[in-house]
Amino acid sequence: MNIIQNWGKFFLFLSSTVRNREPFRVYPTLVLDEMVKIGTNSFVIVAIVSTFIGMVTCLQTADNLVSPLVPMSVIGTICRDMTLLELAPTFTCVVLAGKVGSNLAGEIGSMRITEQIDAIDVMGINSSSYLILPKIIAACIMIPALCILAAFLSLLGGYMIGEITGAISPNDFVTGIRDGFRPFNVFFALTKSFVFAFLISTISSYKGYYTFGGALEIGQASTKAVTNSVIAVLFADLILAKIMI
Amino acid sequence: MIEIINIKKSFGDKMVLDGVSGTFENGNNSLIIGASGTGKSVLLKCIVGLIQPDEGDVLYDGRSLYTSTVSEVKKIRREMGMLFQGGALFDSLSVAENVRFPLDMLMSEMSDQEKHDQVMHSLERVGLEQSANKRPSEISGGMRKRVGIARAIVMNPKYLFCDEPNSGLDPMTSIKIDELISEITDEYNMTTIVVTHDMNSVIGIGEYVLFLYQGLKEWEGDSESILHAKSQPLREFVFASKIMERLL
Repeated sequence: MNIIQNWGKFFLFLSSTVRNREPFRVYPTLVLDEMVKIGTNSFVIVAIVSTFIGMVTCLQTADNLVSPLVPMSVIGTICRDMTLLELAPTFTCVVLAGKVGSNLAGEIGSMRITEQIDAIDVMGINSSSYLILPKIIAACIMIPALCILAAFLSLLGGYMIGEITGAISPNDFVTGIRDGFRPFNVFFALTKSFVFAFLISTISSYKGYYTFGGALEIGQASTKAVTNSVIAVLFADLILAKIMI
Repeated sequence: MIEIINIKKSFGDKMVLDGVSGTFENGNNSLIIGASGTGKSVLLKCIVGLIQPDEGDVLYDGRSLYTSTVSEVKKIRREMGMLFQGGALFDSLSVAENVRFPLDMLMSEMSDQEKHDQVMHSLERVGLEQSANKRPSEISGGMRKRVGIARAIVMNPKYLFCDEPNSGLDPMTSIKIDELISEITDEYNMTTIVVTHDMNSVIGIGEYVLFLYQGLKEWEGDSESILHAKSQPLREFVFASKIMERLL
């Protein structure tokens, strides 16, 4: 019963972000601010994680590929497909669920506890639309962009480590990346990252928006935001894989 | 004038407000008082619409907050100003930006210069024009309350609500805040409702006092008659302070 109530509350919360919105002129600045907070501020962590994941993927694939009958370029192909299909969208979004999700829940939760959200409501401003909608839009723009960056850096990491360690030559790696390339995989990765961005931003905002109590509850809301977002991302990953591939 | 009609509110099994009614006249400082946990803040939140009551209605000059259309409710809300217990200032904005926030959001027809003038006028009114560029974290608790008042009055509201304006303040600052609220009420001819448990405020600015006890309206009257009221819970509340006891 509690689960059904929570789902109902979540969907009512989502609808409140788009019903009785504030005038359009209010949103562009807010969306840009959130894009900087969500996107630009996550650049470094995404860059580090994806580069290292790309390097490790390349080395482990090369290590396991011992048959002389299999061309070395297959390492590049495997790295490309793993990166596009899973590592770039899913791994990046799991990392972002931790960083962005806890940040959103903490920020909105502390605004709730300190009555800043009440102050917005009393003024006759739709607080959920004013505070949450720009975050959802910004996340849905910036997280797919970060996933594209992650995919590029991951492949670049594989390329570099292959050359540095001699595991695979640059030519073989690039040949492997080009070989049998399906543009649909890029579309699939972007679709996944868009869905994950929506889930992370809405679930985290929801957890923050309904925080009641004090500092302890803000911490709990952030933790729940991260765990619920990660579970939702993984679950959506499975469903999308089943539907789209 | 604000009328509250038979407001009932419970949280789970706990009945917090059990049919509270009252009338808050225009141009008056009306106080809702009572011990901690008697439902003062819940009543105030029901009055401003932050908490939906289970039963009852609130009328703003005859306009219902709970049965009107969304656009009418928005109109009523734009005539409200509220001072929150902790100030509820936006940490990411400066003092002046905090005060300007309602103007930016709701008064698109005003020019930047007009908004600036209005903000500075409000800040001057509370004596904080020198702190316009400071952040909320850089100012004291009393100053935060004054910024909260400046933000509440920047839209020239008809109704002002103050939730525990004296909490966490020293007696001197507390009296200054009370005086400021009283002066502003007269100046803007507003209907002001203050939730407090501070007897200094009751004696100092209370023109109409509503005493809540266990979710019910136990007593109502003015600040002079409160000292001679017969209600036992009210007497216990008023004379809990040794200073008040000695005054009589």
